[in-house]
Amino acid sequence: MSERVPVLRIGDVLLVSIQTDLDDQAVLNLQEDLAAEVVDTGARGVVIDITAVDIVDSFVGRMLATIASISRMLDAETVVVGMRPAVAITLVELGLSLGGVRTALTLEKGLRLLERSRAATERGPGGWSDPATR
Amino acid sequence: MECVMADQRESARLVDLLTAEGENLAGQWADQVGASLKNRVSRAEIERELDELYTALVSALRVGVDPRGEAFGEVRALLAELSRIRARQGFSPTETAASVFSLKVVLESALTGDRDTADVQAYLQLSRLLDDLGLYTVETYTQAREELISAQAEQLLELSTPVVKLWDGVIGVPLVGTLDSARTMVVMEKMLQALIDTGSEQAIIDITGVAAVDTQVAQHLLKTVVAARLMGAECTISGIRPQIAQTIVALGIDFGDIVTKATLADALRHALKRSGVEYTSQDGRSR
Repeated sequence: MSERVPVLRIGDVLLVSIQTDLDDQAVLNLQEDLAAEVVDTGARGVVIDITAVDIVDSFVGRMLATIASISRMLDAETVVVGMRPAVAITLVELGLSLGGVRTALTLEKGLRLLERSRAATERGPGGWSDPATR
Repeated sequence: MECVMADQRESARLVDLLTAEGENLAGQWADQVGASLKNRVSRAEIERELDELYTALVSALRVGVDPRGEAFGEVRALLAELSRIRARQGFSPTETAASVFSLKVVLESALTGDRDTADVQAYLQLSRLLDDLGLYTVETYTQAREELISAQAEQLLELSTPVVKLWDGVIGVPLVGTLDSARTMVVMEKMLQALIDTGSEQAIIDITGVAAVDTQVAQHLLKTVVAARLMGAECTISGIRPQIAQTIVALGIDFGDIVTKATLADALRHALKRSGVEYTSQDGRSR
C-alpha cells in the first residue's frame, strides 16, 4: 500500500503539497484522488506545491502535465509552484517543457495567479482567454 | 648481486666526483644558475635552494644511481618545489631545467686536467642522471603551469557570470565572452537560484557582450528560458546586435514566443510592465 498525498481544500482551490519522493503507484493514486476531489468540490483551481521535491524523473514530469490536463477537462486550472532550479534543469534536459502547465515561484504567487486568471475569465466571453486552454 | 656491487662502485665514484672540491662545487653551481636566471632571483635564495639540492643529491648517490628510485625521493621533492616556484615566478621551462643542467657545466671544468677514464665514465653516468632529473623538472614545471591555468579558468568562470538585481522582482544576467556548455550551466544555475533568492518573476539575459551566437549558444539560451518558465518566471533576452540578429535568422533558429529586445533598457521597460510597475516622468506623464 503506497502512501497517499493529502489533497487540501482552500476555498475553491485544491492544494497538493508533495513532501516526499513519490513512487509510481503514489503518483497514480494522486491523479485519481485529485480528479475525484475536483469533481466533488467543484474546485476551480489546483495548486501543486513541489518545493520539497529534489529529484524528478520523466514519470513525475509527465504526472504534472497529466494532472494539468485532467484538471482542465474538469474546468480547474493547475499551477505548479516552488520548483527548484535543479528540478527545472532536469526537466529541460529531459525535454519536458510542461506546455500548458502554469507555474509560479511561490505558493502565494500561485494563488494570486489563479485569482487573476479567474477574474479575467469571469469578465465574460470575448474577453481575455487563457492560451493554456486552447 | 654483481650489478648491485657495480652500482655501488659507480655511486661511490660519483660521490667522490661531486664532493672532490666540496663547498666550492656548490658555489660554482650557484654562480652558473644565477647567470642563467639573469639575476632575477637573489643570490642568497639560489644558494639556499641549491645547497639543499646538493646535499640531497650527494646523500642519494651514496645509496644508488637510479633517479626513479626511492633514494632520490627527496631530490625529486626538492626539484618539484623548485620547478613550481620557477613556474609561478614566470621563468621559462628552459631556465628551470638549466638549474639542473648547470651542474654538468661545473663538473666539466672539474674534469679537465689529469683524469682517468673511470672519472669520465662516472661523469657520463652522472650526466645521464642529471638529464633525467632535468626532464623531471620540466615535467613538474608543465604540471604547475597547467594547474595555474585551470585555476584561472575557474576564477574567470566565477567572475564572468554575475547576476544583478535591476528592480524589485527583476534580475539581470549580463553575459560577456563566449558561451559554452560549462558556462551556460553555471549561468543557468546561478540565475535560477537568484530567481528564488530574490523572489523575482522577471529575468533579463543581456547578450551584448557575447561575441557570436551559433546554434549551440541559442540552444543553451532557449533551455535557460524554458527552465525559468518552469519555475514560474519570465525571461527576456536583450542586447541582440544587428549582426547577431542576422546570424540567428540565417541559421534558422526559432526563438518561439520568447521575448527579445534590442537593448537592456527596452527589456527592463518590458519587464516592469509585465510585473505591473508603473512609472511616471517628472512632468507627471505616465509612460
